[in-house]
Amino acid sequence: MQPINEMNLEFISKSNNESFARIVAAAFVSQLDPTVEELADVKTAVSEAVTNAIIHGYENTTGIVKMNCKLYKDSVEITITDKGKGIENVELARQPLYTSRPDMERSGMGFTVMESFMDKVEVFSEVGKGTTVVLYKTFKSLRK
Amino acid sequence: MQIKFSNRGTTLIASIIGELDHHSAEYIRQKIDNEMIKSTNKNVIFDLSKLSFMDSSGIGVIMGRYKNIQRLNGKMAIVNTNAQIDRILEMASIKKIIPVYEKLDTAIGALQQSVR
Repeated sequence: MQPINEMNLEFISKSNNESFARIVAAAFVSQLDPTVEELADVKTAVSEAVTNAIIHGYENTTGIVKMNCKLYKDSVEITITDKGKGIENVELARQPLYTSRPDMERSGMGFTVMESFMDKVEVFSEVGKGTTVVLYKTFKSLRK
Repeated sequence: MQIKFSNRGTTLIASIIGELDHHSAEYIRQKIDNEMIKSTNKNVIFDLSKLSFMDSSGIGVIMGRYKNIQRLNGKMAIVNTNAQIDRILEMASIKKIIPVYEKLDTAIGALQQSVR
């Protein structure tokens, strides 16, 4: 299926860019005219994925985070990629409450939030190479 | 991101305004911890009614403060009206351990009742 619109964004792994990335994603997705709640779902999931790339992928060193958004008639596909340290055990990382950084007062709920606010979440990761998270959501308000 | 403090009876109210994510979490954490050291109040209300966005970083901030407050035998409550934030609180089971109210006055009343 061909997307009706697509965009790419690249930014360095600074925590200020967490809000930048989720606002850009929401602005792009708003072209489809989903509900305010559906937009908030997208913002939240993007925020989690980008935060993971910054604090776990790059561990607060400087790297490039990439975001690709594809819009379809009534759905969105958002890919967030880092070239950071990668996740050793993706299944474990996706468990609720699991955190690799208990020292940081993190909740370990990042992937759980992504899964709950989106329809599907795919994670591809290789240690030493980086992580790609793909977020899928169909906007039920646009289904006619 | 902004945080404002006020006192009502024996309760410290921390109103968080704006967006709470990993970037703003550290600032909020420090501000609240400093204020709690200065304050003689043991009970704390997190007023999220002017918070427009929160992700799972907010859960870390809330749970971290909850542990500190419990250690001092204090009580905690949350005021929230935002549906997105409510889902996050629900997901993290925060609502099972910290009462969430829609109105600040109700939260204050409930905390003061439980102290007596």
